[in-house]
Amino acid sequence: MGEAEGKKDEADYKRLQTFPLVRHSDMPEEMRVETMELCVTACEKFSNNNESAAKMIKETMDKKFGSSWHVVIGEGFGFEITHEVKNLLYLYFGGTLAVCVWKCS
Amino acid sequence: MLPALAAAISAQDPKQSVITGRGSRKRDEDSGTDVGEGADDWAQSKATIRPPDQLDLTDAELKEEITRILTANNPHAPHNIVRFSFKEGTYKLIGFVNQLAVHYSHIGNLIPKDSDEGRRQHYQDELATGSQESARLVFSDTENLEEEEEIKEGDAEAESQIDIPATEVSEKVTEEELMTPKQPKESKLTNQFNFSERASQTINNPLRDRECQMEPPPRANFSATANQWEIYDAYMEELEKQEKTKEKEKTKTPVAKKMGAMAMRKMTSLESQSDDITKVTQAAKIVERMVNQNTYDDVAQDFKYYEDAADEYRDQEGTLLPLWKFQTDKAKRLAVTALSWNPKYKDLFAVGHGSYDFMKQSRGMLLLYSMKNPSFPEYAFSSDSGIMCLDMHMDHPYLVVVGHYDGNVAVYNLKKPHSQPIFRSSAKSGKHTDPVWQVKWQKDDMDHNLNFFSVSSDGRIVSWTLVKSELVHTDVIKLKVEGSTLEGPEGLQLFTVGCGTAFDFHREIDYMFLVGTEEGKIYKCSKSYSSQFLDTYDAHNMAVDAVSWNPYHSKVFISCSSDWTVKIWDHTVKTPMFIYDLNSAVGDVAWAPYSSTVFAAVSTNGKTHVFDLSINKYEAICNQPVVAKKKNKITHVQFNPVHPIIIVGDDRGHVTCLKLSPNLRKMPKEKKGQEVQKGPAVEIAKLDKLLNLVREVKPKT
Repeated sequence: MGEAEGKKDEADYKRLQTFPLVRHSDMPEEMRVETMELCVTACEKFSNNNESAAKMIKETMDKKFGSSWHVVIGEGFGFEITHEVKNLLYLYFGGTLAVCVWKCS
Repeated sequence: MLPALAAAISAQDPKQSVITGRGSRKRDEDSGTDVGEGADDWAQSKATIRPPDQLDLTDAELKEEITRILTANNPHAPHNIVRFSFKEGTYKLIGFVNQLAVHYSHIGNLIPKDSDEGRRQHYQDELATGSQESARLVFSDTENLEEEEEIKEGDAEAESQIDIPATEVSEKVTEEELMTPKQPKESKLTNQFNFSERASQTINNPLRDRECQMEPPPRANFSATANQWEIYDAYMEELEKQEKTKEKEKTKTPVAKKMGAMAMRKMTSLESQSDDITKVTQAAKIVERMVNQNTYDDVAQDFKYYEDAADEYRDQEGTLLPLWKFQTDKAKRLAVTALSWNPKYKDLFAVGHGSYDFMKQSRGMLLLYSMKNPSFPEYAFSSDSGIMCLDMHMDHPYLVVVGHYDGNVAVYNLKKPHSQPIFRSSAKSGKHTDPVWQVKWQKDDMDHNLNFFSVSSDGRIVSWTLVKSELVHTDVIKLKVEGSTLEGPEGLQLFTVGCGTAFDFHREIDYMFLVGTEEGKIYKCSKSYSSQFLDTYDAHNMAVDAVSWNPYHSKVFISCSSDWTVKIWDHTVKTPMFIYDLNSAVGDVAWAPYSSTVFAAVSTNGKTHVFDLSINKYEAICNQPVVAKKKNKITHVQFNPVHPIIIVGDDRGHVTCLKLSPNLRKMPKEKKGQEVQKGPAVEIAKLDKLLNLVREVKPKT
């Protein structure tokens, strides 16, 4: 029973946690919204392949906002990065993923 | 290349050549001389000299034929050379002896074309011009033998350097190698005798390095750790927040459900949204002025230094030199309805844009231009209704009051960046019901509140006071007929009079002012009496466009009208002192700030008229069309308070700046032993003198 409840909870959690949750960002409003949408699209498209999602985000960002963007997507990682000011977005998505997008040339 | 050996050879062939008949030839010669003795008498004295040891031969001896055979055998060559033959083990006589004798030899640099060496050089030349590979081969060929590691090439070199016959076989091989590449084209050889290569080089400019480096874009560090429980916690926290806000919203408005999320979004956006462009405005402005200074440098030079030299040869007339032209796309097709110099910044002036065509009223613009930047206005304010007049405050040069076509007045503050007026009248606060024709700042009232007057064709003259944040109005006078002494039926009078179009306040007598009206009358009014005029002048037959007190003489004022005339008055006398007909409606008239007798008037035919009464009482000393197209009507004119320039505005929205030539600002000449007096007293005296002339005449007529 307990297990079943736990599963149900998890399912609930996953259903609820589909929205992106911005943890940290210093981007201008417009850029942030656009990047967020891009991250959501990429993560949904490649829901079981983080590498492809990251690649898609990186390439799209390079096209839109100039080169040398970096993207990390994963379920658990730590990082210390140097980024250009106003070019960082760190968000959680889908309840299990963390996405960090930044620019540094 | 090896020098070829050319030799002069006495006999190349061992064949013997035989010459016969030498004796007979000699005999012929002898007989020839004999014949000559007989035949030529004149040469008789000529005797054949014989050598003493000549043999005397008999005829028979002479006739005898002696045969000699010349052979190619060398007489000095040895005949009996014996060499040991290892083959046979004995000494053997060598039968063949070299008969060659060299008399002369010279090493030359000519090579027969058909020779091996010639052919080889020929091919090398062709190959040098041909493929790269062969070029390398030839190059190394000509170098030297030192590179013996390259065996293949070394072979070829050696063959070419060492004597030819020994390496003839290998030579042929290389030749074949060289010949196998396709037949190269014949290239023209240079003259080998006196060819000299000419090359020259120009001076190269020295190279310089210029570098600059910008600051790298600012960077920041960021670190975080992402793992499942942190993500989970973050989401849980977020959910709690959302639910809380939902509850709150439910209590307030059930409609705005997404507000919570929106608020969250705003919270997360930590960025400071300062606009970067504002930071560079100051710098951009400076650069803009620099560019303009560069572009309009010649105009600026003219403004400062150019004096029309032709004036010396003219009697009295002067000219106007066009300087800058001010116009903006934003104010296109809007007539210039008002001009005013800033009292503090002598290069700054305000232009009011509106329309005098009452069928085509549209928006209005208030623009402030600086002479330092003719290409773009310093300030621009737009309004819904056309601007008809404006004035700048003497003590607060940043305050501009404007009168609108719709009867409103508004006060703009140039210090405030936004384009809204700081004060504005409304229908509730006693605005005019007709266009406002003139506004003028007054001295601060007793409570030190700023105040100004306005005149409109609705017949009211209103004093406006700026109190805190509102505009308080007081009607000073209503232009009614009752107090006036007009003739005609009263009902009609009420209907027609009372359309003020222009006014001016006396400089010294504080309460006194003049009002010009649409029907041509000018009233002398007092601020104290609201229903009565101090005086009435039947000035013009059509609307008075401007009235203005003389800046020096307290009694004199000038008026102009659409009835083509400009009149100068003494306010104590009911008839004009001077009348000038300009053959076109006169839009504006202005006294010069530097002389009591100089004024300028502009007429709708595009001409500017400058008068100096002290020079010519009857005619303008300058009549000059100043607009680009003939259609354009000039509407206003203003003298700069300091510089010898005027600005004129036309009904197409252009403002032109013109410089007065020296004749137009002539000062009394300096006489010997007499100081030139200056100051207001002199100016008043000057004008008085003129007026006296007229005054004396007037009573008689």
